Amino acid sequence: MQEIINIFVKSIFIDNMVFAFFLGMCSYLAVSKTVKTSMGLGIAVVFVLAITVPINYLINEFILKEGALVWLSPSFADVDLSFLSFILFIAVIAAIVQLVEMFIEKVSPSLYSQLGIFLPLIAVNCAIMGASLFMQQREYANIGEVISFSLGSGIGWLLAIIGLAAIRERVRYAHIPAPLKGLGITFIITGLMAIAFMSFIGIKL
Amino acid sequence: MANNLKLIKNPLSKENPIAVQVLGICSALAVTTQLKPAVVMALSVTVVVVLSNVIVSLLRNTIPSRIRIIVQLVIVSMMVILVDQFLKAFVYDVSKQLSVFVGLIITNCIVMGRLEAFALANKPLPSLLDGIGNGLGYAVILIIVGFVRELLGQGSLWGYKVIPECFFEAGYVNNGLMTMPAMALILVGVIIWIHRSRNKDLCEK
Repeated sequence: MQEIINIFVKSIFIDNMVFAFFLGMCSYLAVSKTVKTSMGLGIAVVFVLAITVPINYLINEFILKEGALVWLSPSFADVDLSFLSFILFIAVIAAIVQLVEMFIEKVSPSLYSQLGIFLPLIAVNCAIMGASLFMQQREYANIGEVISFSLGSGIGWLLAIIGLAAIRERVRYAHIPAPLKGLGITFIITGLMAIAFMSFIGIKL
Repeated sequence: MANNLKLIKNPLSKENPIAVQVLGICSALAVTTQLKPAVVMALSVTVVVVLSNVIVSLLRNTIPSRIRIIVQLVIVSMMVILVDQFLKAFVYDVSKQLSVFVGLIITNCIVMGRLEAFALANKPLPSLLDGIGNGLGYAVILIIVGFVRELLGQGSLWGYKVIPECFFEAGYVNNGLMTMPAMALILVGVIIWIHRSRNKDLCEK
């Protein structure tokens, strides 16, 4: 149990998707103009992450890993399909994103029109694919740890994008050198936020 | 001919995928702590962009537009699997260092962005050149950031010490902050700043 909470806290603050691994930067920079839309996108990302990473974990555990196919027949003990992981993971992610898109369109049309183009783009959001690949690389022991990792990374991403959006709403009224306006200053703000997040390094429950 | 030349030249500066189009930042920053992985990453991305641009452009009349994202993802992930297996076979240590970021080329926005914006509407030859141009534009930024971070952060280039020992004896210290993720963001911010102050028409209002 303690391990699970530890992974949760760690993936929010220390191994934050944006500040430590730069994942999901494209939509992070593009959608963070106002707090409201970034909140919507952030929640969509949390949702998609929390579903896809555990599914990919099961796929990895029972199909892709070396010797994972033993449950079918003992003669498959030395079959290693892990080179297929990219293509299978991305297929699962694309399918789930399609489902989430249809779900949001049905439940909240206003949020749907607000997210616009960025909803289908979650499929190619590096944070989602990255979380699946990290899950595979770090070899979590059981599905509880994977779920806490995926929820934590999603919430960390949500936190980061809301923080940036709030700062950008303020920065709009500041005097910034013209060439630095927009993209340039956003990068530097993110860098400073990342330095702030570095202060969490070493926290352990 | 002049048009073709423009396809290669424009992405290097005026339409740089990172500094102007804001594509593919996710993986650009994480692999640039040293020059060598940065160069390998830049080459891999270029290969993937070029190959998938050509394939999609050859298939552009047969891909139904409703499912084009999935088709593109499958093509791209096939290319990435090829690159990944190649790296594992020939430069294993760099491939270990790049870890998940090779897989993340699939969700690299440069690849998808160029497929959507260019390859779907153009003939194979221009698509090939467009791929090369954008790959090189991405490489330029990666190499600059990797160069600065490795030089200032570790005092070496391509793994070789370049800052002489007498500097260290005189009190020079490596800037440890440069190896941290945060500085990559700030460096890119500064690159954008310089780039835009030289090309005034790129400034945002």
